[in-house]
Amino acid sequence: LSTPQKHQRGNTMRSVSVDLNHDASLLIDIPDALCERDKVKFTVHTKTTLSSFQKPDFSVPRQHEDFIWLHDTLVETEDYAGLIIPPAPPKPDFESPREKMHKLGEGEATMTKEEYTKMKQELEAEYLAVFKKTVQVHEVFLQRLSSHPNLSKDRNFQIFLEYDQDLTVRRKNAKEMFGGFFKNMVKSADEVLISGIKEVDDFFEQEKTFLLDYYSKIKDSTAKAEKMTRSHKNIADDYIHISATLNSLSADDTTILFVSVQKVEGRVASDQELKLTELLRYYMRDIQAAKDLLYRRARALVDYENSNKALDKARLKSKDIPQAEEHQQQCLQKFDKLSESGKKELTSFKGRRVVAFRKNLIEMAELEIKHAKVSSTIQLTHFYTNEKWTL
Amino acid sequence: MQPTSLEQLEEEESKDSFDVDVAVTNPEKIGDGMNAYVAYKVSTRTSLAMFRSKTFSVRRRYSDFLGLYEKLSVKQSLHGCIIPPPPEKSVVGMTKVKVGMDDPSSVEFVERRRAALERYLQRVVAHPSLLQDPDVREFLEKEELPRAVSTQALSGAGFLKMINKASDAVNKMTIKMNESDTWFEDKFQEVENEEQQLRKLQAVVDSLVNHRKELCGSTAVFAKSMAMLGNSEDNTALSRALSQLAEVEDKMEQLHQEQAASDFFIFAELLADYIRLLGAVRGCFDQRVRAWQRWQEAQSTLQKKREAEAKLLWANKPDKLQQAKEEITEWEARVTQHERDFDRIGMTVRKEVLRFEKEKAKDFRSQIVKYLEAMLQSQQRLVKFWEAFLPEAKAIA
Repeated sequence: LSTPQKHQRGNTMRSVSVDLNHDASLLIDIPDALCERDKVKFTVHTKTTLSSFQKPDFSVPRQHEDFIWLHDTLVETEDYAGLIIPPAPPKPDFESPREKMHKLGEGEATMTKEEYTKMKQELEAEYLAVFKKTVQVHEVFLQRLSSHPNLSKDRNFQIFLEYDQDLTVRRKNAKEMFGGFFKNMVKSADEVLISGIKEVDDFFEQEKTFLLDYYSKIKDSTAKAEKMTRSHKNIADDYIHISATLNSLSADDTTILFVSVQKVEGRVASDQELKLTELLRYYMRDIQAAKDLLYRRARALVDYENSNKALDKARLKSKDIPQAEEHQQQCLQKFDKLSESGKKELTSFKGRRVVAFRKNLIEMAELEIKHAKVSSTIQLTHFYTNEKWTL
Repeated sequence: MQPTSLEQLEEEESKDSFDVDVAVTNPEKIGDGMNAYVAYKVSTRTSLAMFRSKTFSVRRRYSDFLGLYEKLSVKQSLHGCIIPPPPEKSVVGMTKVKVGMDDPSSVEFVERRRAALERYLQRVVAHPSLLQDPDVREFLEKEELPRAVSTQALSGAGFLKMINKASDAVNKMTIKMNESDTWFEDKFQEVENEEQQLRKLQAVVDSLVNHRKELCGSTAVFAKSMAMLGNSEDNTALSRALSQLAEVEDKMEQLHQEQAASDFFIFAELLADYIRLLGAVRGCFDQRVRAWQRWQEAQSTLQKKREAEAKLLWANKPDKLQQAKEEITEWEARVTQHERDFDRIGMTVRKEVLRFEKEKAKDFRSQIVKYLEAMLQSQQRLVKFWEAFLPEAKAIA
């Protein structure tokens, strides 16, 4: 699709994270977005009663890279080491529908006009679904920040929301400053370090065991869910071709039923994708963010232990004792702060996760039921009126 | 309150018209190793007097069915008839069976063949002319059938060639038939177009079957993964809900398996049958063309004989002249016979094609209805599974 596509948010689909955007002092949403070639331009809209902002109601255009910049600066900020930084939204990925559209163009000669039109419609719907998903995930990222007591006050966050010019220059400067140093450290998140540490606190011991195990399981489930959704999509596409060919062979009322079958398969695939696969994918990333927190705390513990050793050495040598004591105190404070904050964060994370799973599983079940019932009704009506069922 | 589907109504209708009901059941492996084969029970139920009794059964193997088809194909009396073809030979399939009948792909192969042989026989006995044929009666009734040896040598490709051999004659034809009535030409074109469309549809349905099988696999794998995640989960209610979800997905996999069988045995096999049958329809058109050719050739020979006679009149050779006159009479009779044959085949082809079209429309409709009914039942069960899951999801706290 080479022409710019505008997307308006009708009914919103924020499901993966709940309890967001309730605090009226800072309300954020992405009411529309523009898709031009590969670039998506999000309109970030803020409504606030806080005096720290210049206006009570305003919007700015932002690109995906701006979100990443914001995420990375938060990760690099020492003060937030004890917080779960909401996972960065993934890059908008239109590869799949684009590739399919390309293949469709190549195969146009072998299809009937009707078939081609239907396939094109399906692809446009797929494109739109990817679009909606990416808007949703970017929106949720911002809303996680705005509903967090500490992160919502971040200066860069405010700049992101308010600065009415292009952020590109700022972004470049930031990259040079940090060079992604800390991020790279966290990336090579030595699970060895986390699991190897001698834990003093029961709570963190349990959390560590739980999160490491849960992460590998949810990562696996996400991949398997993606595969399953893809199979459904393939079947839905097959039914398009089947109903088109059947139609050209003998357009009777039974072939019309195939169209409804196809629609149901298509809906099942996209709803499963939104409710189940997206949910798993999101929490996989969220748990990674929680693991990162554990890692930072583990690092702080290592630093504290090292500072203890340094202090002992200084006392032995009777040299630089005050500095060593000072350093040791700092390390301890940092570690305690991380532990206290971390405990709070991980506890609320649990609650958040359970609520989100509940909401999505209910919605998914209800949608499956709805689609099957709609399809059954269509078929039953047909059979009753056409096949002369006797009761 | 049982709904009677269109398919059931029409089944009853056809039973009344033909009074013969055949079934192919009980596949049984006979012998061991590479000489092993599968024997099927062929049961007949009939009210017709020409059969030895009202119900009877015999055991037949695949080559017997093939042998029957071959016998029917070459009969003069059946020229112009659409002879239903049996399912193709399959060396791969049979080798699997010879090794062992227990693994799923062998089971599927045998079931597929059994069902196809049954449909083949049902089509044969539904044909009024074929039903009267003594070879058909012998096939259904006779205890021991002499082994159809000629079919042994036929490979899968050779078999297809046998079915399609009539088309070769048309390709070699140099003189185009000059027809005032375009019915045959138009109809032949229609048949060819339809065959093309069916092949296209078959390709997509094959794709559907494969994708459905993939879905079965990925659903089963996902269910296991969900169960593992449920075990990991530390919130009790959520843990239970995830385990329940895993069970629902297991049930879904079962539904997908049944749907895959439906995709294959109802839909894909319907298309395979009709692609074969359209080949047979083309065959009978080609037989008409060959009848026309024979007529033309006879006329041309007659013409030559007349010219020869004229030459002899000039040459004044009374013996040879007498012979020539006799030959002319003989060939005149042949020309008349061939003309009559050609007309007869033409009428048969017309009748056969109209009958075929009616049967095809009925068959397609009933099979598609059956397919959609299976899907409907599947969806109704799906609703029940998810409705049972919903309270578990709501119970999460």
